Amino acid sequence: MRYLLRRLWHAVFLLIGVSVLAFAFTVLAPGNYFDEMRLNPQIAPETITALRAQYELDRPLPVRYAHWIASLLHGDMGFSFAYNSPVAPLLLVRARNTLLLTVTAMFLAWGIALPLGIWSAERFGHLPDRLLSWATAALLVTPDLALALGLLVIAVKSGRFPTGGMVSLDFERLSLFGKARDLLLHMGLPVVALVLSLLPLLVRHVRAAMAEVLNAPFLLAAEGHGIPRRVRLYRYALPAAANPLISLFGFSVGTLLSGSLLIEVVMSWPGLGPFLLEAILARDLYVVIGGVVLSTLFLVGGNFLADLLLYWADPRIRTETIA
Amino acid sequence: MRRKRAISGWLVLLIALHALVIFAGFFAPYDPTEQDRNNPYLPPMRLHFLDPQGHLHARPFAYSLRLREGSFDQYEENTALTIPLKFFVLGARYHLLGLVPGRWHLWGAEEQRIYLLGTDSYGRDLLSRFLYGGQVSLFAGLSGAGTTLLLGLCVGAMAGYYGGWRDDLLMRLAELFLALPWLYLLLALRAFLPLAVSPRQAFFLIVAILGAVGWARPARLVRGVVLSAKEQDFVRAARGFGATDGYLLRRHILPEASSVVLTQAAILVPQFVLAEMTLSFLGLGVPEPVPSWGNLLSALQQYSVLVSYWWMYLPALIMLPFFLGYLGLGSELQQPQEPYKIGKLTRSLE
Repeated sequence: MRYLLRRLWHAVFLLIGVSVLAFAFTVLAPGNYFDEMRLNPQIAPETITALRAQYELDRPLPVRYAHWIASLLHGDMGFSFAYNSPVAPLLLVRARNTLLLTVTAMFLAWGIALPLGIWSAERFGHLPDRLLSWATAALLVTPDLALALGLLVIAVKSGRFPTGGMVSLDFERLSLFGKARDLLLHMGLPVVALVLSLLPLLVRHVRAAMAEVLNAPFLLAAEGHGIPRRVRLYRYALPAAANPLISLFGFSVGTLLSGSLLIEVVMSWPGLGPFLLEAILARDLYVVIGGVVLSTLFLVGGNFLADLLLYWADPRIRTETIA
Repeated sequence: MRRKRAISGWLVLLIALHALVIFAGFFAPYDPTEQDRNNPYLPPMRLHFLDPQGHLHARPFAYSLRLREGSFDQYEENTALTIPLKFFVLGARYHLLGLVPGRWHLWGAEEQRIYLLGTDSYGRDLLSRFLYGGQVSLFAGLSGAGTTLLLGLCVGAMAGYYGGWRDDLLMRLAELFLALPWLYLLLALRAFLPLAVSPRQAFFLIVAILGAVGWARPARLVRGVVLSAKEQDFVRAARGFGATDGYLLRRHILPEASSVVLTQAAILVPQFVLAEMTLSFLGLGVPEPVPSWGNLLSALQQYSVLVSYWWMYLPALIMLPFFLGYLGLGSELQQPQEPYKIGKLTRSLE
């Protein structure tokens, strides 16, 4: 239990640290959202000064940070200049869309990578394994950007997939089943891109971890006892290889979030990625900070989940007193 | 031995590819910003050896392209008008490495213009833009990786060698940088810097951002090496003889970290090239008309380009060998290095 509490405390520390860091960086930012208004002769300088005062851009940094924390506790996360609305509701819709994409891709990628990696490790060094290694290498060197654009080209040429957005224009009029089908169709392309970008990394690690375990004497013994192959692989070998893979899970959350940002922009999926980009271009300060902190929350949350899994999978951690 | 050969093989590949880009002025037929307004979105020309009569030619040639009857964007080959490929032709002026002026190009065509990868919306040669764009992208990746490794080396050495509160502070800071997904970190840093900048400023801005993004992981690895190295007997002995901290770090401790740094370099450079591409693709990096691999691809953000002009996607494919080279080098460097260690041991015994 102390292990988990320590990890939780660590996660909170990271979140606070990142938000402080994000605020500290805002000092570096030249200009702000209201600077462009200055060029507009129809807006009086007094109005801009008043607006700046209203949004507290002229207050010292610690005060602004304190107010931001207060606003966070109210569930607002500051105020978006461009949308003239609190940040949190705007951000949460996008975050939900991003999570829909990334969580699906995560499950799919691991669901494919585990059997594929184990299958490959069983044939370590033989032709099928070598072919798979070449395939994963080819995927690994393809940049996410090239992958996403390539898929988009294929989709456009074939005309089978919708190539942008999250739902069709007539979404509201569809039946429940029709809505689900429409959403799935739109999700198809970005999810495939995400899975393909994550897959090679996972397959390679699963293969390496399993290949190491498969040589262990206890598996030879299990084979000698006549335990069936499937049980040997999944019940005996996999748990022994699980530790590095669980750490990889935590790591893959970050890769996935980064990949998702880019793929969302390319495929115009209304997630955090395009929203953050738009906010950066408009200098919408609190939206940028909110997006950054939220992405940290996801990554830290993913790592915490990995810690939980490790706690569950590895009895050594449960009995440990100091670490 | 096998490992050594593999490493030098990958290195040769990488050096050859980088030479293509560094000497882009010589290898590219045209200037990357030179516009041919009469020929926008010209598809790639195919090289032929056989003419319509079935005669074999030693010198490859292309056919000039003309609009198909009744079409405004479909081209066909005009077999009456051949463009022979010439080697060592005089063409646009360039400066190799920004210094040596030149007019000779490895290949090109004399009267007509030849476009082996097609042209973009302004009729600029995509192949030339790809080669010149590599200068921006690869150099940003290389210098960004250099900056970040230097930073990581300093931070790691300081944290590992001095320990105490410095170690705590630096490693907590590193954790903060690792707690952000890297693309979000990249965009966050970019968000707080000026948006409208000249290409040159944009380049240095990107290098600075890349340098600030990636230091945390190498710093942690270097710290680990330094921690174990400073307890080694030969280091203690040197300290006993009165060696200063600076001398110990420079002469005995940091050389131990060299393999970690090299491996990290092979991993970081392609990652940073990708980062530059991503920023330029999103319009936050190097602006037009200067080409970079990212802003070459950003034309594809327009749906019409994606549908009609498939060759605009080709740069994404021909940059793959570069990433393959770095991946191969990185994975060879990461492999356990028993043979090398034995070699080092015998050398030290002599």
